Amino acid sequence: MRIPCPICGTRDRREFTYVGAALPRPSDEEWGAGWDDYLHNRENPAGETRDLWQHEAGCGAWLVVTRNTVSHAVLGAELARGATA
Amino acid sequence: MRFSALKVLKEGLTGNKGWTPHWRDPEPKPEYDIVIIGGGGHGLATAFYLAKEHGLTNVAVLEKGYLGGGNVGRNTTIVRANYFLPGNSEFYSHSLKLWEGMEDELNYNVMHSQRGLINLFHSDGQRDAFARRGNAMINQGDDAVLLDREGVRKHLPYLDFDNGRFPIYGGLYHPRGGTARHDAVAWGYARGASDRGVDLIQNCEVTGIDIEGGKVRGVQTSRGAIRAKKVGIVVAGRSGQVAAMAGMRLPIESHVLQAFVTEGLKPVIDHVISFGMGHFYISQSDKGGLVFGGDLDFYASYAARGNLPMVEHVMEAGMTLMPMIGRARVLRSWGGIMDMTADGSPIIDKTGVDGLYIDCGWCYGGFKAVPGSGFSFAHLIAQDRHHAPAAGFRLDRFRTGHGLLDEEGTGSQHNLH
Amino acid sequence: MRIAGRGPGVRPVSFSFDGRRYEGREGDTLASALLANDVALVGRSFKYHRPRGVMTAGPEEPNALVTIGRGAAATPNTRATVQEVFDGLEAFSQNRWPSLDWDLLALNDLAAPFLGAGFYYKTFMGPRGWWERVYEPLIRRAAGLGALSGRPAPERSEKAFAFCDLLVIGAGPAGLTAALVAGRSGADVILADEDFRMGGRLLAKGAEPGPEWAAGILAELESLPNVRLMPRTTVTGAYDQGTFGALERVSLHLADPNGLPRECFWRIVAKRAVLAAGALERPVAFRNNDRPGVMMASAVRAYLHRWGVVPGKRVAVFGNNDGAHVLASELVAAGVNVVGLIDSRHDVVPSGDFRVWTGTQVCNAHGRKRLEAITLRTPVGTERLAVDCLAVSGGWNPSLHLTCHLGGRPEWQRDIAAFVPTPGAVPGLRAAGACNGAFTLGACLSEGRAAAEEALGALGMTPKAVDLPEAPEAQYNITPLWSVPGKGRAWLDFQNDVTVKDVAQAAQENFRSVEHMKRYTTQGMAPDQGKNSNVNALAVLADATGQTIPGTGTTTFRPPYSPVSIAAMGAGAEGKGFAPERFTTSHRAAVGMGAPMIEAGLWYRPSYFPLRSETHWRQSCDREVQMVREAVGICDVSTLGKIDIQGPDAAALLDLVYANRFSTLKEGRVRYGLMLREDGFVMDDGTTARLGPEHFVMTTTTAAAGPVMRHLEFVHQVLRPELDVSMISVTEQWAQFAVAGPKSRELLNGLLDAPVDNDSFPFMACGDVSVMGVAARLFRISFSGEHAYEIAVPARFGEALFRELVARAEGLGGGAYGMEALNVLRIEKGHITHAEIHGRTTAGDIGMGRMIAAKDCIGRVAASRPGLTDPDREQMVGLRPVGDVKQLTAGAHLFDAGAAPLRENAQGYVTSACFSPTLGETRALAFLKRGRARHGEHIRMVDHLRGIDALCEVTDPVAFDPEGGRLRG
Repeated sequence: MRIPCPICGTRDRREFTYVGAALPRPSDEEWGAGWDDYLHNRENPAGETRDLWQHEAGCGAWLVVTRNTVSHAVLGAELARGATA
Repeated sequence: MRFSALKVLKEGLTGNKGWTPHWRDPEPKPEYDIVIIGGGGHGLATAFYLAKEHGLTNVAVLEKGYLGGGNVGRNTTIVRANYFLPGNSEFYSHSLKLWEGMEDELNYNVMHSQRGLINLFHSDGQRDAFARRGNAMINQGDDAVLLDREGVRKHLPYLDFDNGRFPIYGGLYHPRGGTARHDAVAWGYARGASDRGVDLIQNCEVTGIDIEGGKVRGVQTSRGAIRAKKVGIVVAGRSGQVAAMAGMRLPIESHVLQAFVTEGLKPVIDHVISFGMGHFYISQSDKGGLVFGGDLDFYASYAARGNLPMVEHVMEAGMTLMPMIGRARVLRSWGGIMDMTADGSPIIDKTGVDGLYIDCGWCYGGFKAVPGSGFSFAHLIAQDRHHAPAAGFRLDRFRTGHGLLDEEGTGSQHNLH
Repeated sequence: MRIAGRGPGVRPVSFSFDGRRYEGREGDTLASALLANDVALVGRSFKYHRPRGVMTAGPEEPNALVTIGRGAAATPNTRATVQEVFDGLEAFSQNRWPSLDWDLLALNDLAAPFLGAGFYYKTFMGPRGWWERVYEPLIRRAAGLGALSGRPAPERSEKAFAFCDLLVIGAGPAGLTAALVAGRSGADVILADEDFRMGGRLLAKGAEPGPEWAAGILAELESLPNVRLMPRTTVTGAYDQGTFGALERVSLHLADPNGLPRECFWRIVAKRAVLAAGALERPVAFRNNDRPGVMMASAVRAYLHRWGVVPGKRVAVFGNNDGAHVLASELVAAGVNVVGLIDSRHDVVPSGDFRVWTGTQVCNAHGRKRLEAITLRTPVGTERLAVDCLAVSGGWNPSLHLTCHLGGRPEWQRDIAAFVPTPGAVPGLRAAGACNGAFTLGACLSEGRAAAEEALGALGMTPKAVDLPEAPEAQYNITPLWSVPGKGRAWLDFQNDVTVKDVAQAAQENFRSVEHMKRYTTQGMAPDQGKNSNVNALAVLADATGQTIPGTGTTTFRPPYSPVSIAAMGAGAEGKGFAPERFTTSHRAAVGMGAPMIEAGLWYRPSYFPLRSETHWRQSCDREVQMVREAVGICDVSTLGKIDIQGPDAAALLDLVYANRFSTLKEGRVRYGLMLREDGFVMDDGTTARLGPEHFVMTTTTAAAGPVMRHLEFVHQVLRPELDVSMISVTEQWAQFAVAGPKSRELLNGLLDAPVDNDSFPFMACGDVSVMGVAARLFRISFSGEHAYEIAVPARFGEALFRELVARAEGLGGGAYGMEALNVLRIEKGHITHAEIHGRTTAGDIGMGRMIAAKDCIGRVAASRPGLTDPDREQMVGLRPVGDVKQLTAGAHLFDAGAAPLRENAQGYVTSACFSPTLGETRALAFLKRGRARHGEHIRMVDHLRGIDALCEVTDPVAFDPEGGRLRG
């Protein structure tokens, strides 16, 4: 699998660390459904998904990668800065 | 038909003409008391125990492909009861006892082989963590032995004790751990369920769940609508999609786990070995293939196949631990889709819909749980209350924070298990 | 035997098989050399131990699997059809005892009626324990093919990466053409072929365009700098985004590898790929079709043309397609005694100088260790022919395996009675030639050209013209014949001994899905992965179930295409190569002092520093602890993660990632910080120093250095990109040493260019200092509970400073201390490590619940869940033994005094334990339900594994100096 880092170019998957679905962090100050969903519950689509990867063995940038979980097609990657807000 | 050595002998002498189907292939009826969605190991075991333990036989198992075609047919076949958190220990302990009686119960040889499992440790800290685990196993009534380095060497003389990157301090030995012939487990439960009157419907994909007034009424399938008083979802690898038909979102992310088998070799590895520092586990099948695996590929996937970085990592772990397997050739690799839950432990629970039950989230440990999960899920569906050994597998534990079952201590991020 | 004047090379090569010496020629495979020496029996089958001979001329070989070499260097399951002979090659047959000729387990063949499909599921049940003790060992011993030596092999393999515009897989007519077109057009091309000689089926042709045409193309390709030829290289798997795995057999053909690796596993990243892998001929199932001497027609043809070998004196050809006629003609032309051609088709016009039976099938093969005769079923009756070689052709199966590796399913093409690839199944890869179902030479050449042109177009390059040679327009006519009906056993899967009867029985038992049939009979699960048998078997299944072949479907092809050694894919990881080794700057000094070095993650740290008089680690450890408590000790703490954080919003970031507040920390001060995961559990702890208004240095635990760095970047880049802050790991850049003990300041002041005192440098102070002229940082922090400092210098001064510190400490009655003493010191003080913060611990569990400040921080909200604030949770306590048993052990569980040690009674568990020389007794840290309210209570500690059952008193976790007076002195 290869991922197009917007800073470094397309690199092998082994340079990246995956951490799951790109979701906005809730602003609720109390525990509730918003936080439960953020931490636990997932759409987990069989198809297109947006997830977070860090180019850890490269530039260190956090990326939001758009992928297909069935075909493994990588449809794009953008810097995460603000992308999940 | 009852299987026995005598039967094999008799059939052999008469041209093997008398063998009958392992299970019937009935047309689906318009209505059942209970519909089980998913004809994998867990679903078939659930149907079997509904019939056997609860006398419920007006039951259908709906399978979109062929019986046993999911993870029960693509795993590394390890059977063990070596968990340490209360909530897990009693469940896997019960499951192992069912394994030990499975051949009698099913009149089917699933080749359950209690050849012993050894978990290696490589530091004082890991030894203490394994001691906690082993003591929990004994508290539960299971078996565990703490081996030192020489103890491990006696069992596994071919490990690299001298040059390995992570020296072997010892191991936690679980003599009752072992392996089984994975497909046979599915077939044995299918045969047992079918014989007791359960309808096993293959090539029948569920496309919708009918709910009226908060109560389940049946399912829509590729072979028409089927009414049911109760519906159980047991579809590891597709849990999110099927649960979504009932408007649910699960604490699950699907990941791919690869595994590998080599060409057949004469017996060389007699145990199941687990090498935590390298995320590597291995045993040798009765046919002679080395069966081994490692960690998840670490990205959400439904592709049932993986990529080279993890393939290579697994091979590398094998080479540092037991370089004698270097000349063995990998014959086949495959990938299974794992329901990774937020704490790494499963869910067997009711849902918000009356009469709808779910059994999912087995992460990468579902095979050994097949009998226990089937038994406990059947109990929940039949009696509408939790079976005690599986009472910890509640869906609301993530919301409340009560009874989280995070054996690996990695927290509720799906990716980190 | 070898036909005079034909075959490869001239140089004779001497090799042995099962201890007997033979002569082959350079360019021979082991199989061709054995056939040239008239060796028919080369192996035994898996289950029935049937005698077997060479069947194919390629890596798909199901029978001729041998062990190459002996002792630790032995390599089992090597295809004799792939292994090149060299001087001194030693090969051994497998799966037989006592010898290949007389194999005891051949008895299994007599018991075959009882050993059919799935027999083992129906018997061997009970009595309890017999499976493991009796049946399974017998089955395991009988099963398996070759044997591993059980010892590590001496020679190494390698791994490598390669990149190209176009990867061409297979160097037959289609692949050569594709490579030529792309190569001439300037593309960066890799041409990989599994054979040691490129040319594919062209090498097995009796007429041009054949070997000479291939040689011409290869010469041109070799001259092009942008083309890389990789012979002996099997592309084994297709992966995502144009990544392919490939195995190169680098030196397996050399008598003296001369330093070359055995194999190299390549990761090839290709912008486009052409699959030109050819096709594999398939057998026909008939009674005893596994006898040595029954071979694939294409193999007979290859041995004839490429190696000048004819595997018999009386040869017959049996087929259902026109290819069989070509072979018969070529054999006659070479002077071979062709007994006849048996064609199952009726409407065939006989041609050539040999007898032809039409509408006739071979229905039995006779002879046990060597084919002696065949029985024909002609339209009028049966006939027996004396032959010692039968060449069989049941048609061809495209080698489309790689197109299925990403989940693609092949399509059935009726006119050629074969599966062909689905276009686009692997993005960027196009199949061309026989692997695409193009079974004529002309079509192979033009498809190869078209595939290259398409790839060049996608790459934005202009194809250069290539003239293709004239190829005779031969039609491929076939009438499918999968199995010849009749009594007896007809083999489908030769390696796993799966017969037509087994498949029929599986269907009878309702294993009617192709996946069920495969798994029940083991059809296609042998080392050839069904390359010789899958399509025949599913045709037989389709027949048994009344379905069509496409309706029956196929099983899934998965990587690797051909088996790959673990040593190749795991190359470089042997021994210490598995993971990097990290060394501190004091490593050499510590080793010089005799300290045993132990792993701490990827780092090595000293366990203890033994004096010559000390014979047990406890003596050293106790002394080192006492040294720190009474004088001064030196410990390298550089492995702790150090993260330099700078910027106007540095404090805001720290407030977010730590549970407690850092914006209030004054310049020149250090604060302990507790970090939570977003789910509310403790992630890590450490100290963070404020070196300037916008400059902090965070320390993490050794284990969490990487994860915390990643976490900080996550919080900054993903959650709070508006914060103006930058951070970088400086773990490697600074060497840092703890100087701990009542004499620590005295020691330091001897080194510092400006001395410190308690006013200028109180507990939790930090600042820049100068050590013998070197700019350094000093932190007054303590893990040991003593008056202590950590001093940090640029890494290049680390070793010198360590030696200086140790020497000065020794002068003050102290010295270096290691991990054992460090652990004792912190347990005495109730300080936590990852033994306590193991991922399931809340701040409240470790008595730090009040540290969570009233501000937004990672984990604050989730930590408020009822389950995480439940007063019944296990809380950290100390333990001291109060009964006869004085030993406490980490990993033991806790129970009420008098309660049985059962799961339902468990109250907690011990996380850390040590003998405290300071207190003169064993001390432990533990988690206990409602522990903080139970100080003073007596409880039972049970360690079943180590046989320890001790009565303990529950105490505060801090066993020594609870007021902390020693820190501040």
